Amino acid sequence: MSSFLTGLARFRRGSWEALATALIALGVVMLMQPFFLWAYTWSFLVTLVGTVMFIVTSHFPD
Amino acid sequence: MTNTPIDRLARATPPDMAKKVRGLSDRAIAWIFVAPTIFLLLAINIFPLIWTVRLSFTNYAANRPNREVEFVGLRNYIRILTDDGIWANMQTTAHFLIWTIVLQVVIGFSLAWLINRKFKGNDLLTTLIVLPMMLSPAVVGNFWTFLYQPQIGLINYVVELFTGIPASSFSMLGPGGLAKWSIIIVDTWMWTPFVMLICLAGLRSIPDYIYEAAEIDRASKWRQFWTITVPMVLPFLMLAVLFRGIENFKMFDMVVLLTGGGPGNETLLASIDLKREAFEKWRTGYSSAYAIILFVTVFGLASIYVKALNKVKER
Repeated sequence: MSSFLTGLARFRRGSWEALATALIALGVVMLMQPFFLWAYTWSFLVTLVGTVMFIVTSHFPD
Repeated sequence: MTNTPIDRLARATPPDMAKKVRGLSDRAIAWIFVAPTIFLLLAINIFPLIWTVRLSFTNYAANRPNREVEFVGLRNYIRILTDDGIWANMQTTAHFLIWTIVLQVVIGFSLAWLINRKFKGNDLLTTLIVLPMMLSPAVVGNFWTFLYQPQIGLINYVVELFTGIPASSFSMLGPGGLAKWSIIIVDTWMWTPFVMLICLAGLRSIPDYIYEAAEIDRASKWRQFWTITVPMVLPFLMLAVLFRGIENFKMFDMVVLLTGGGPGNETLLASIDLKREAFEKWRTGYSSAYAIILFVTVFGLASIYVKALNKVKER
């Protein structure tokens, strides 16, 4: 966990990509879950942020 | 003087043009070769995408090209993301997605596990198992429609044979809640071989000496399976799950042929609903926003897919 946070602080690709991947996965789950309409409403924004973050952070150093 | 085709071409080139070509750098020549591909990519992929993003902020209707187009801001997105009907379609898509992936992974991995053992007729069996995924979705959709026919269909006949339920008393593609499962069965039948092939590649990539070392350490078969086979096949399995997830999220042709989204909206997947909005109701701006939402989701999943693919390559 500490290496993940250190990676985030130092703008390392692995940690930021992991965060972006988690956001994309969360967004997809929010889009398709049958429980909360608010989660469905905000799902697109979460997925979009995750996807853009993934594109940007894939250019960070390893 | 040699007489190769290149020499003949060089001699045939007019001196002025030859001088110009000699003056080009390697980089410029590389760009000349790449330019047609880049142009096609921009014209066929990038431009329509940017145009769709632009349309998604308007009330444009393609069947009324002369109507004044109004900029509506985020209204289309807000309407889609607060619509109970579209939310229900997303859940239908999720139901289809989850069950097809679960069934395909379980059956595909089991088949790969069996096929990986050496026995007589192994190659023939592999070919037979792989056949369904080589068929066109249109063909699969049509002949499964016949198989699911309540009067003449083979499926209803088999159900009657084993359970005694009259074949004409239920319809696999009609009302009664079976349609959702019918499309899952067809997709599983068609795409399990694909998952099997990926799992087989994973199983065959495990070196024998790891199992031999485990045998020497007197590890049971069960323990070998959970501590060697599963962890080493997992990246391949992840790849199969992501690939099938992306493909099934976009699923259209087969389901349209089987149920057309019905009965009611029972099998109305997001992609089918999008097509209706765009080309039956002609709400182009609204459907553009719908398409962008689906595109971002698929693009996000594809990003994870590429990352997983690179991890598998690194092994």
